[in-house]
Amino acid sequence: MRYMLIIASDPALHPVPGGPGWDDLMAGYAAFSEQLASHGRPFSGDPLAPPETATTVRVRDGKTLTMDGPFAETKEWMSGYFLIEADNLDGALMAASMIPSAKFGAVEVRPVAEMH
Amino acid sequence: MQPRDGGPVDQAIELVHRADRARVLAGLIGLLRDFDLAEEALQDAFVAAFEAWPKTGIPVNPAAWLTTTARRKAIDRIRRAAARDRRQREWGELSVAWTSGSPADAIVDDRLRLIFTCCHPALSIEAQIALTLRTLGGLSTAEVARAFVIAEPTLAQRLVRAKRKIKDSAIPYRVPDPAELPERLDAVLAVITLIFNAGYLPGDGSAVVRADLCEEAKRLAVLLADLLPHEPEPIALVALLQLLDSRRAARADENGRPLTLEEQDREVWDRAQILTALQLLERVATLGPPGPYALKAGIAAVHASTRHPADTDWPRIVDLYDQLLLVEPTPVVALNRCVAVAMTSSPEDGLRLLDEPDLAGALGQYHHYHLTRADLLRRAGRAREAAIAYEAARTRTDNRAEHEFVDRRLEELSLRSGGPISHPMRGAAAANRQG
Repeated sequence: MRYMLIIASDPALHPVPGGPGWDDLMAGYAAFSEQLASHGRPFSGDPLAPPETATTVRVRDGKTLTMDGPFAETKEWMSGYFLIEADNLDGALMAASMIPSAKFGAVEVRPVAEMH
Repeated sequence: MQPRDGGPVDQAIELVHRADRARVLAGLIGLLRDFDLAEEALQDAFVAAFEAWPKTGIPVNPAAWLTTTARRKAIDRIRRAAARDRRQREWGELSVAWTSGSPADAIVDDRLRLIFTCCHPALSIEAQIALTLRTLGGLSTAEVARAFVIAEPTLAQRLVRAKRKIKDSAIPYRVPDPAELPERLDAVLAVITLIFNAGYLPGDGSAVVRADLCEEAKRLAVLLADLLPHEPEPIALVALLQLLDSRRAARADENGRPLTLEEQDREVWDRAQILTALQLLERVATLGPPGPYALKAGIAAVHASTRHPADTDWPRIVDLYDQLLLVEPTPVVALNRCVAVAMTSSPEDGLRLLDEPDLAGALGQYHHYHLTRADLLRRAGRAREAAIAYEAARTRTDNRAEHEFVDRRLEELSLRSGGPISHPMRGAAAANRQG
């Protein structure tokens, strides 16, 4: 089964590039990606640029409404994702708990709704 | 499942429903990987039994008959669904699963798998409790709803959502790996404890005890201990629940008003349950260092082994609470420790601990906190402050029996107002309402 691991970070707690804890965090992500690769199952994942860079698009009555900012204003923001394959929810939860940013924020685990 | 006319067939069905439903259902869920389908197929099988058994006679092994019939009914249902939705894939998988069969000893594992699925932390705690009671316990949705004071449609909705989540997010049907077991086992133990507490300390309604829930919880704990014979904590939980339940008949007076541990007639305590529990605890002690349930059972065992409240070995209880705080550092444990400290040294010492900001802040809305405080104040001879604390407790519970208990205490206080309380130790254990 495929699961989306959505990483939500609290910017007040999360290390920033060049700041304390950043190198450890990057090393953690490198190790996590290696671990995922070692399972031999397809996966993808990337960090996202901060929410200031977000643009939200809605289409209503054929008109495209474009707005500055993310679709929801929250204290924690989506800072990255992994799309993985796992046997079941326990496997996905295990993977989520190994994501380095889980120490500073939260990881939401959502099964992909497969369309047959 | 109610007997229809009380004849031998109806009695046999009633018996198999009570004794084997969970085991058969767990096997079916293991086979079908679908809670709803398994429940419907089993229901079909019970209906078939009502029709078939009067003609064919009661089978030698009714549970096996039900399992076989339910499998056939499940296949019928899947075939019909497949014809409707072209879900041929599922039918193919089921045929494979069915032909591989399940050996008799695997049925036991199915129940264990089912416990871990029902008590999976990805489900809300309410859903865990409801699913466990519905699938492993013998309670109907209506009974579970009544027990937890939830509207039946709300509960039904919650069960539907939980079952859908199990299916859609692929919550596995398996016993956790040894590395995960301690954490996952804690979740199961917590669910069983919550079921027992809902029976033992109802937060609502008028009864002091709901015996049906206590019995269900004990049954589930025994099942878990049987299925995991090398784990000490499930055995300790059985002992703990038996020790608490041994006081059931003594916990209220003839008017249904709750009595404190000290006020209870200890001759009424169920000696048989106490003896079994003490033997279980001896076995637990051989299985490693005590966990939280072993320590809680140890505390209950001190009370159970003491004929006269005045002989209670309070320093031993303080020692057990100290150990418990190390493995379970929660405000409620700290609260109960305050009582033991008060009993060992003085009410003022207990009050000092109770009024520490961390504890007061964490438990300020909990009616037992205020009851405990009121009781210690009363014993310290601070009647006016005690009355205020009793009122604070009163506003924080809807349980009528608890209201009556508070009223009784307030009445006693007003009779004695103007002077110090003559017997400061009287009613000491009132604070220990877990007792």
